[in-house]
Amino acid sequence: MAPVQTQSTDELERAFQDAVDADGRIEPRDWMPEGYRRTLVRQIAQHAHSEIIGMQPEGNWITRAPSLRRKCILVAKVQDEAGHGLYLYSAAETLGVDREELLDLLHTGRQKYSTIFNYPTTSWADVAAIGWLVDGAAIMNQVPLTRCSYGPYARAMVRVCKEESFHQRQGFEAMSVLAQGTPAQRRMAQDALDRWWWPSLMMFGPSDTDSPNSARSMAWGIKRFSNDELRQRFVDATVPQAEHLGLTVPDPDLRFDEATGHYAFGEIDWTEFATVMRGDGPCNRERLAHRVGAHEDGAWVREAAAAYAAKQAGRGAREAA
Amino acid sequence: MSDYTAAGGHGAVPTTGVPSDERGARRSQPLWEVFVRSRRGLSHTHVGSLHAPDAHMALRNARDLYTRRQEGVSIWVVAAADVVASSPDEKDAFFDPAGDKPYRHPTFYDVPEGLTHL
Repeated sequence: MAPVQTQSTDELERAFQDAVDADGRIEPRDWMPEGYRRTLVRQIAQHAHSEIIGMQPEGNWITRAPSLRRKCILVAKVQDEAGHGLYLYSAAETLGVDREELLDLLHTGRQKYSTIFNYPTTSWADVAAIGWLVDGAAIMNQVPLTRCSYGPYARAMVRVCKEESFHQRQGFEAMSVLAQGTPAQRRMAQDALDRWWWPSLMMFGPSDTDSPNSARSMAWGIKRFSNDELRQRFVDATVPQAEHLGLTVPDPDLRFDEATGHYAFGEIDWTEFATVMRGDGPCNRERLAHRVGAHEDGAWVREAAAAYAAKQAGRGAREAA
Repeated sequence: MSDYTAAGGHGAVPTTGVPSDERGARRSQPLWEVFVRSRRGLSHTHVGSLHAPDAHMALRNARDLYTRRQEGVSIWVVAAADVVASSPDEKDAFFDPAGDKPYRHPTFYDVPEGLTHL
């Protein structure tokens, strides 16, 4: 058998595609097309950024959680989001990028994060709605990613999905308590659903039927289902939950279609999505400024830890000598 | 809409118009590979990696990052730079010696029908 080094790019590409088509996994040091590597770096890094920025809207309510129980749950959930970001940055780094570089790309706005985190959390019910809807939508996206062709991303997603289901359930439970509460609490719950429903549907992204990128991601085994398929699944799963809560989904066109067995729903305002993605959502500047501030405020801690490590290493070397 | 042909895990992010191949100088703290023993009787298994200035911080960070739900009873951290790995480019040649020795497996041998304990 000829040594691998002499294979042409065509042959390498064919072997790569065969492995992906056979539902095999690609690992960090395997040969991979440059486009595949770039697509993964972009997707995993921006996924990580979303988790990191995603701590802010809910973190806003930690000091004002209505009970100690809710506060403990919320702290654990926000800590999980940080963890998800770190699993994902690690996965991205297996593709040859540096962590600090990825943080720079986030802090300078050159890479993006999910638009959903640029909406404000104006009441406690928003924390409940985020767990229920935003994490519910994330689960729809993330479960298929556990079978992604790139091993480190798929493995990170397995951990994330296990934790994400706690996030969704605690949100639904908090929403149920409000929905069964006083009239004022019911109004809060309905108001949160009214504001988070459409941005949650936008989380799946625009219809990708015409997108060459999506087709390529599918061929590479990164993406398994279209944005529209995943969105439909989310609507089908969530509408009965809203009915159970006795809340009204803010879509006059929403109806169950007996013929297809799916819920039909109204038009999504993609101009709003584009506006928020571009940087002009309600909280874009605040979110990024807070992130950059937190990073800069932590600089002295990183410097102190590095100085301590250098000192200890020096001491170890002297003792060994 | 093509600027926002979105893919993502926690919500759509752009797939065009964002840099994806920055390979500048490495500035991050050292990288550590993390191995967790999930319970006594099992071996340590690789779970991921993290950055930390030294081994002790790496161990503490690994506890916070990888065992928030009692996933482990013991953790190893190993400086990623110290890991010696076989090269995937040579994997066929490297593992070739085992390729033609099916007689190392019990299934290589015929066992007469009806006989047990073989």
